[in-house]
Amino acid sequence: MEGSLSSLVLTAIFILIASVAIVPLFHRRQHLIVSIIFPVFSAASLFSLFAGILAVAGGEAETLILPVGLPDLPFHLRLDPLSGFFITVVSLLAFCVSIYSRGYIAGFIGKRSVTHLAIFYPLFLAGMLLVLVSDDAYFFLISWELMAAASYFLVLYEDGVVENRRAAYIYLVVAHIGAVAILLAFGVMAGFAAGFDTFHGYTFDAMRGASLPPAWASTAFVLAFLGFGAKAGIVPLHVWLPEAHPAAPSNVSALMSGAMLKTAIYGIVRFTFDILHTPQLWWGELVLAVGLASAILGVLAALLENDLKRLLAYSSVENIGIILVGLGLGMIFLSFHQPLMAALAITAALYHTLNHAMFKGLLFMGAGAVLHATGVRNMEKMGGLIHKMKWTAPLFLVGCLSISALPPFNGFVSEWLTFQAFLMSPSLPSQHLNLVIPLGAALLALVAALSASCFVKAFGVTFLGHCRSEACATAHDATPSMRAGMMIAATACLLLGVFPTVVIAWMGNLSSQLAGETIARSAGEVGWLWLTPVSAQRASYAAPMVLLGIASVLLVVFLTLRSKKSAIHRVPLWDCGFEKITSTMQYTSTAFSMPPRLIFGYLFHIKERVRPGLPDGRPAEFPAKVNYSVRVRDRAWGWFYRPVADLAFRLAKHTARLQHGRIHIYLAYSFFTILFLLLVAL
Amino acid sequence: MREAFPLLIEACQIALVLFAAPLLAGWVRALKCWTQGRTSPGVLQPYRNLIKLFSKDIVLAHNASWVFRFTPYLLFGSVLMAGAIIPIISVDLPLSATADIIALVALFAIGRFFIALAGMDVGTAFGGMGSSREMMIASLAEPAVLMTTFTVSLFGHTTSLSEMVRFIGQQNFFLSPSMVFAAIAFVLTLLAETGRVPVDNPVTHLELTMIHEGMILEYSGRYLALVEWAGMMKLFIFTSLGVALFVPWGIPQGDDLMDIPLAVLIMAGKLALVAAGIVLAETGLAKMRIFRVPEFLGTAFLIATLGMLSHFILEM
Amino acid sequence: MTFTAQIINVLAACILLTSFGLLVQRRIYGLLRIFAWQGLFLSASTALVAYTAGMNHLYISAALTLTLKVVVLPYILYVLVNRLNIYRDVEPLVNIPATMLIGIVLVIFSYHLTAPIRELSTLVTRTTLAVALSTVLLGFLMMITRKKAVTQIIGFLALENGLFFAATSATYGMPLVIELGVALDILIAAFIFGIFIFQIRTTFDSLDLKEMEKLKEHEGA
Repeated sequence: MEGSLSSLVLTAIFILIASVAIVPLFHRRQHLIVSIIFPVFSAASLFSLFAGILAVAGGEAETLILPVGLPDLPFHLRLDPLSGFFITVVSLLAFCVSIYSRGYIAGFIGKRSVTHLAIFYPLFLAGMLLVLVSDDAYFFLISWELMAAASYFLVLYEDGVVENRRAAYIYLVVAHIGAVAILLAFGVMAGFAAGFDTFHGYTFDAMRGASLPPAWASTAFVLAFLGFGAKAGIVPLHVWLPEAHPAAPSNVSALMSGAMLKTAIYGIVRFTFDILHTPQLWWGELVLAVGLASAILGVLAALLENDLKRLLAYSSVENIGIILVGLGLGMIFLSFHQPLMAALAITAALYHTLNHAMFKGLLFMGAGAVLHATGVRNMEKMGGLIHKMKWTAPLFLVGCLSISALPPFNGFVSEWLTFQAFLMSPSLPSQHLNLVIPLGAALLALVAALSASCFVKAFGVTFLGHCRSEACATAHDATPSMRAGMMIAATACLLLGVFPTVVIAWMGNLSSQLAGETIARSAGEVGWLWLTPVSAQRASYAAPMVLLGIASVLLVVFLTLRSKKSAIHRVPLWDCGFEKITSTMQYTSTAFSMPPRLIFGYLFHIKERVRPGLPDGRPAEFPAKVNYSVRVRDRAWGWFYRPVADLAFRLAKHTARLQHGRIHIYLAYSFFTILFLLLVAL
Repeated sequence: MREAFPLLIEACQIALVLFAAPLLAGWVRALKCWTQGRTSPGVLQPYRNLIKLFSKDIVLAHNASWVFRFTPYLLFGSVLMAGAIIPIISVDLPLSATADIIALVALFAIGRFFIALAGMDVGTAFGGMGSSREMMIASLAEPAVLMTTFTVSLFGHTTSLSEMVRFIGQQNFFLSPSMVFAAIAFVLTLLAETGRVPVDNPVTHLELTMIHEGMILEYSGRYLALVEWAGMMKLFIFTSLGVALFVPWGIPQGDDLMDIPLAVLIMAGKLALVAAGIVLAETGLAKMRIFRVPEFLGTAFLIATLGMLSHFILEM
Repeated sequence: MTFTAQIINVLAACILLTSFGLLVQRRIYGLLRIFAWQGLFLSASTALVAYTAGMNHLYISAALTLTLKVVVLPYILYVLVNRLNIYRDVEPLVNIPATMLIGIVLVIFSYHLTAPIRELSTLVTRTTLAVALSTVLLGFLMMITRKKAVTQIIGFLALENGLFFAATSATYGMPLVIELGVALDILIAAFIFGIFIFQIRTTFDSLDLKEMEKLKEHEGA
């Protein structure tokens, strides 16, 4: 059946876009929108999910040319394993989030209209899917902009808050700077593919065939990496991320963090491994270095953060970094013509892409449930929610375990594979790389451990202990559809972690498309139980055994001890005889992150202030109250954005001289411009 | 009959980890008493403690959630799982392919993650403090652990535990600076990971100095017994991992059941020596201020890195 | 690799470790002790090279290193520190972890730099050349990043150790005459340093080298 899979994807996209036309008709019946339209989105996601899974498994590339677009450049579509994989990532998450949204969006009814949320949400999904199937630069950029614009309006949903408007504005600016860089990258490619006189160079197929001199290839790569990197949130272009993700409604944050960032990764992979197809060594080194920097700065910023959603956003920067580390290693290995090693690194990176979509989606949904229940995002006001949110807490915990790279969940598998890729580096024929790459592995180990620390904090402060404010006193658990959405994502986290051999076998076509080699054969050579990325002698990991082993020990111990006659006495908390213990005496989020703040603080701009409270007649040595405040800021603002913004303002000031407010002068400007153009044209 | 040998050996090892761990802990404590001129309660005291704790009632704070009650079991399970994987009495364990050394580190991380959560669960300041510090120390130890792993894996081009031990065990005795550095770095991280003296004090209940004890302060009865037992097993596993990686001579390579008693004896001898070393270090050193610990672990990382570098510089 | 070569490598590694030890150590007495250890490793490795290569004059160098760098110089410095009642903590200009990381980078750099020489050389000691160069650079680093004059002297002496080691590993040592001369120079340098330190001390009432900034002419004024 020729083209059947791409028509499945197109059906999904059609459903999503058609719903945009239908939703406004139900503007007056908000409940109807929520209860009908979001299940439709889940169904549409299921279509594209199946198409994606089958496209990867099939390994064939389907192409399609739509009879719309520019006269010389109709829309080209292509569904190959690479786009199929990313369609799977996006659709799987979109499926969970759409189910979740039904309950989550219902919470807005009565507060503000959900109509435009229901309009931009499917547009956003459709934009992402279109980005993944487009096969020419023009169509790609249109889809890219559709995605960016739709998400801009979604970030702006709660537009009453000043910070949200500011966040959306920053997002828009960075997105457009990125888009310009991508456009230029495509321009370079197209110029070498077919010259600038024709549009034919703008199809990806033509670009694949182009032969670029190394310097121009590098230019195209750097432009594309900057452009896609801005969207992915690489350091130092990441500052929009912790602003925009918390501002958006949580279901949208889940999609932005879990899916939209992945389209940027898709862009990098597509551009480097497919379109340019022979990476140079220094590209790999650059990507590796940027990835490591993003990972470490992202996780530290997350660790120092007190706002739950900002914490998750920063942790996305970290995970994008980990993905880039894998891709960078892949490029380095490919530049030394080591396809098998490259396949390992790329598989690790893409596996992490899928995993991150799942657990970050789950965590944002969980954060949304908390926000829904308590109305606050600041963790210092939470605590003890595990008693009120009996479902959300364990589901959020699954997300925390996965993202902290703990077996048997999925985050561990991909980080383990990344480490294995690192461990392959000594067989490279380059002496200085042999010495330097292991240091990168050590840094990645630090990142993994810090992220565990970060999520101990996130879960511990939010859900454990006593309630720290009034906000959580009236907290309630998530609604059934929200639970369902989270539960599917959590199950995916567990399954992706327990059956990695199945997933890697499925991804086999993908790495052979990108690296020309696959680890699918060696990964399962000793059976599906044991994951052996290179060979059984080199390294192995059996997630089902870990799960079974721990579970059986747990069960045996539990049953043995249960028969004991010892009783459990519930008593008040031991207070050291102090008797006035309050919930504010618990370790707070700020306190928890104090050691890393002290050790790594120089990487950030930290303002710490201790002020004694109002004098109340007590001696100064024993104040009744002390105010402590700490503010952590990204150095990127001061080092990178402030100069750029200043420059922009200075330029604007100079340009402003042109502005006189007199219509004659403006007409004169136009007149001289036309004269000039005519002169040049002749 | 012979087919069942590997399974029997595996069972032997699990039993050994379970029941010899308190003995090692008792030996360390007794030695420490002697070096400090105190009378020790004997090497069997940890067993008595465990038995006592198992038969006691449990006192649980009102707001302790299921995380608090689930953690001891999980901790025990993950540590025992790790004990089933590393080659202590034989290189050929059926379960050893379950995890390589990186996954092994992650197995310990599960337990740590949960115990840190449990520390925050009841909502005391001590618990939170312990969790925060434990996670910091664990994070900073991680690069050193990985670098040590990396260095050792350079020899056999493998991270699989049994393959590493097999490879090094098959070599004649050789002097290699990178191995020496890796061993030193391993000992330093061992002290940090198992909460021994310069980093944490396993016997203290003084508020300002405790890390691990701070987290488990609220535990009692069988929960406490499980946590304590897991702690002893962790010490046992870490020391035997060190022995297996750096002085593997004496661990049988085949799957003959007859080799096992001798292997157990040799292992016991080595462990007793290592324990004596730990005790000497603990007696000779004072506990560090908490913010000196990063420097301590930084040194561990430095030494491990020098090991990696000297492998490439001096041994290639 | 022969067993003696293995031992030479281990000693080289120990020298590298001690030069990092000098960077990491916070106490001045500890610094002196590590410096003495470095001298010991150096003299042992020289003796071993003498044994393997059968070059008798290297035995004299080894003995010279032993007396001078393990006994005499540390003793002189010890007396100096004691007499001057110097504050016992090393005061770094750059914090210690950062110095450590820079040190690792320097080691990688020197490995990279000496790689071509390794290919050419056939000596037993050729692998240790990178270590020797790193010792020189690390000694330099120590001189740059420490505040006190005494720590600078130790940095300088460590640097000299590196040069000596480089000579041994690259060409099996310099001719005996030169080595004797260098040894004498070092000894004299140590005395001159001592006198200097006394002078700095009496002039500024402090050994902080920052004080020496006052010696420049005032701008404008």
